[in-house]
Amino acid sequence: MRKLLLYLIIISTGIVFIARLFYLQIYNTSFTALSEDNAIKVLYDYPQRGAIYDRNGKLLVTNQPSYDVMVIPRELKPFDTLEFCSILGITKEKLIKQLKKAKVYSPRVPSVVVPQLTKNEYAFLQEKMRKFDGFYIQKRSLRDYQTTNGSNVLGYIAEVNDALIEKDPYYLSGDLIGMQGVEKQYEKELRGIKGIKRIQKDRFNRDIGPYKNKKYDTLPVNGKDLTITIDEELQAYGQQLMENKRGGIVAIEPSSGEILSLITAPTYKPELLVGRKRSPNYTRLHYDSISRPLFDRGVKGEYPPGSPFKAITALIGLQEGVVDTQESFFCNHGFRYGKKAKLGCHSHGSPLNMIPGIAQSCNAYFANVYLRIINKYDTPQKGIDNWKKHAESFGLGNYLGNDLSSGSKGLIPNSDFYNKQYQYPKYKWYATATISNAIGQGAVLATPIQLANMTAAIANRGHFYTPHILKAIDGEPIHIETYTKPKYTTINKEHFTPVIEGMHQVYTQGTARSLQVEGIDICGKTGTAENYTKIDGKRMQLTDHSVFIAFAPKENPKIALAVFIENGHWGSRYAGKIASLMIEKHLRGIISRTDLEAWVLTHSLEEEYAKPYSNKPFKINQ
Amino acid sequence: MARSTIVAIDWISVILFLLLVGFGWGNIYSASYGDEAFSITDFSQPYIKQLYWIALSITIIIITMAIETKFYERFAGLIFIISLISLLGLFVFGKNVNGATSWYAFGPVGLQPSEFAKAATALALAKFLSDMQTNIKLTNHQLRAFLIIALPALIIIPQPDPGSALVYTAFFFPLYREGLAAMYLIIGAAASVLFILTLLFTPLWVVLFIAILIALVLLKNRKHKPRYSRYILVLIIITGFCFSVNYIFNNVFEQRHRDRFNIVLGKEVDTKGIGYNTNQSEIAIGSGSWTGKGWKEGTQTKGGFVPEQHTDYIFSTVGEEWGFMGASIIILLFVGLLIRLLYLAERQKSQFSRVYGYSVVGILFIHFAVNVGMVTGLLPTVGIPLPFFSYGGSGLWGFTLLLFIFIKLDSNRVNEW
Repeated sequence: MRKLLLYLIIISTGIVFIARLFYLQIYNTSFTALSEDNAIKVLYDYPQRGAIYDRNGKLLVTNQPSYDVMVIPRELKPFDTLEFCSILGITKEKLIKQLKKAKVYSPRVPSVVVPQLTKNEYAFLQEKMRKFDGFYIQKRSLRDYQTTNGSNVLGYIAEVNDALIEKDPYYLSGDLIGMQGVEKQYEKELRGIKGIKRIQKDRFNRDIGPYKNKKYDTLPVNGKDLTITIDEELQAYGQQLMENKRGGIVAIEPSSGEILSLITAPTYKPELLVGRKRSPNYTRLHYDSISRPLFDRGVKGEYPPGSPFKAITALIGLQEGVVDTQESFFCNHGFRYGKKAKLGCHSHGSPLNMIPGIAQSCNAYFANVYLRIINKYDTPQKGIDNWKKHAESFGLGNYLGNDLSSGSKGLIPNSDFYNKQYQYPKYKWYATATISNAIGQGAVLATPIQLANMTAAIANRGHFYTPHILKAIDGEPIHIETYTKPKYTTINKEHFTPVIEGMHQVYTQGTARSLQVEGIDICGKTGTAENYTKIDGKRMQLTDHSVFIAFAPKENPKIALAVFIENGHWGSRYAGKIASLMIEKHLRGIISRTDLEAWVLTHSLEEEYAKPYSNKPFKINQ
Repeated sequence: MARSTIVAIDWISVILFLLLVGFGWGNIYSASYGDEAFSITDFSQPYIKQLYWIALSITIIIITMAIETKFYERFAGLIFIISLISLLGLFVFGKNVNGATSWYAFGPVGLQPSEFAKAATALALAKFLSDMQTNIKLTNHQLRAFLIIALPALIIIPQPDPGSALVYTAFFFPLYREGLAAMYLIIGAAASVLFILTLLFTPLWVVLFIAILIALVLLKNRKHKPRYSRYILVLIIITGFCFSVNYIFNNVFEQRHRDRFNIVLGKEVDTKGIGYNTNQSEIAIGSGSWTGKGWKEGTQTKGGFVPEQHTDYIFSTVGEEWGFMGASIIILLFVGLLIRLLYLAERQKSQFSRVYGYSVVGILFIHFAVNVGMVTGLLPTVGIPLPFFSYGGSGLWGFTLLLFIFIKLDSNRVNEW
């Protein structure tokens, strides 16, 4: 025993040590991360965000340098807060609040204290930086807008919020991310990839050279430049026409589905949402709940489409074989479909068949056709579902599946909708109950972009390409099947001929004959949509919306558009004029109908918009 | 050196020694080099100095091997006395380094006499125990042996260098081997267990637990008419011990000592202050994983996060850069060397050589166990070097001398009689 004791002690000590090493080095894996944490500093090299060009190669968005003051809380040492605050022009309370927030976020990960300094502030601070341990300056790039238009299309970039950081580990506090529009939709392409530099630190947190000879470092990959389908000139002209009005214009190239312009009004200049002034400006825009400048009416505004929808009613009627182009219907200032129920109409010749029906926008004609479409089937449920199928094939009633960061579904009602509304089967309902759908009122809702797309489908005689905003990445045209494969409507090609002729006559002898442009064959359809609003819980009718759809030229159309002017009174009053001007601008580049242009530019609807909020009784449609 | 000596040298021990020294230097280099160019004349670099220390230690080896075996036995007493004087001289001429006055300064070179006192004490103890008239079973002789061990330790403690003093407990191994009653070891072991238990729990709980234990033993042995007075005496002693430990720990120990224990016992985790060393050392070792980060690639080592890394904490470099594999191999080399030396000690024909051999094994073992235990966070922080590995001239020479005197004695075992 006396000889063996020390042997035993030595061997067991050896075993204990090896077990301990096993525990530390193999079993417990947390030490590796801890070692990275305190010995390696990770620096990020931010790449240039991609630029954005319009369809003609005009530069819309580029970058400008910006400097963020960052802090690593655990490396902070006592410093002259007064001096620091005065250099940056912030209050001490704000600084203390920011530092506390940074510490809560993480003591060892950098957080932003003061974002987006100007060049001058940066130059001044740079000299003093050595006095403030724990702070450093991170260079980033901000957007620099070469255009004052299209903020709704371009979107904006802003600092990532905590929820986004949690969701995607690529982003760190202070990183910028696209929040709207193209910036959001094509964030991955535009942002590029951050470069990573690892620096070996010593225990005093000094840099002592690259980690592992830069073996794991990566270079930043610059963001890709995007070319979008927008025609900046057309966009700018549209925005100019829309001043003092509310609504949207969407113009599409029918042969490709490319969005030529996407205008919403009122809007704001994109430069408002850049840098340190972004936050107060955004707040101001966000809380303007009456004119809602951040609301993209072109893609999100759901309106009753009104008479332009009659084109669809006519097409479905032809496809279903319930009417031909020759049959006429009487109109006695409207269509009586019950003892007291009447769908009114304006003055025009009677009876009318299809082509003049469209040209004169006769409500009675389309009410008759609509009833036949629904009543072709033994129940109104079946009839309406069949009708919906046709309407939906024009891209109505659902998201278009485009590459815009927002959108709305619109509404094409189906049988369930009415079953619920009329409590079927407790009560029965008939086709006449839904008669307003015939003329694009009732339950039907559509966004301007849906109407523009519908117009493109008519212009193409039965098919459309999903509207899209991206044209090329880094100069390479995109080949995405969603945008290059035509989507066919349920209507046979030959049925489009009479409807298009009708729409042509809208210009030549119908509701828009005053809007003709010499030498351009425009096909269009006016619309006057009744609408209601609720103010202080009271439902009240407002002046009708002015709606217009058009495409031109009649053969080989180059542009299809929908114009929607809130409370613009009737179709040809505002929307029609704007549509004609947009078409001429796009096809010719110069305006010959300067009378129309002058009228639109000098007429404002602000008075009309103020009416419901005036707390005084007011009259509509005057 | 005679030809016979070269043949008779235990080359296994020598090779293990060389491996440890060589590998040790590699790690010192990694732990202390900066971005300077390697220059053999750059004396400001620890790794360059260590190279010279190693070269000098080879000289020491040659001299040690050249001296007659009988010299060590005959002059053991004198060597011991000189060693004691050199320790005492520190109080007058010593140079204060890091708060401890344990150095003589000769220009740029410092000598630490406590590193040599271990070998001297081992020689003195061996001489005393191998004396024909000494009988370790006699209390009188036991006291004299304890005195030999305690004298240098008592001089070293107030320097203050409690770590080096702790090493003198190593001499209980040769004493036990030569017949010291096992009771001393048992009491020692029991005292350490009680000490730790008292710190972990409260003395009251420990006493209660021991009382129940004793009651159970009594219950089992009640048929053999146990002497109750003895059991009660044991219980009283234990109670007294536990409460005095508690008292001493809280009132006599300084806060830093208390902290060191508390860290290991997991009671207090302050990784920024007192626990910093242990924590950083564990991080360095732990981040080594299976095969380590590679020589000179340790991020913790490069960043200098582990204080005293090239001296007492050199093993953390091994752990980080060579991983579990490398660190285990070092453990095995040490265990191998200790076992080999123990085997050599056991085969000695003279009692002098055997006692000395046991002392060598004991001293190396305590150093190894306390140092690696500390670096891996198993034991409280006690500043003693890892033999052959840690940076430092005196340490290296002290261990070299200690080891090679034994190898010399061993090489001469056939010539005894």
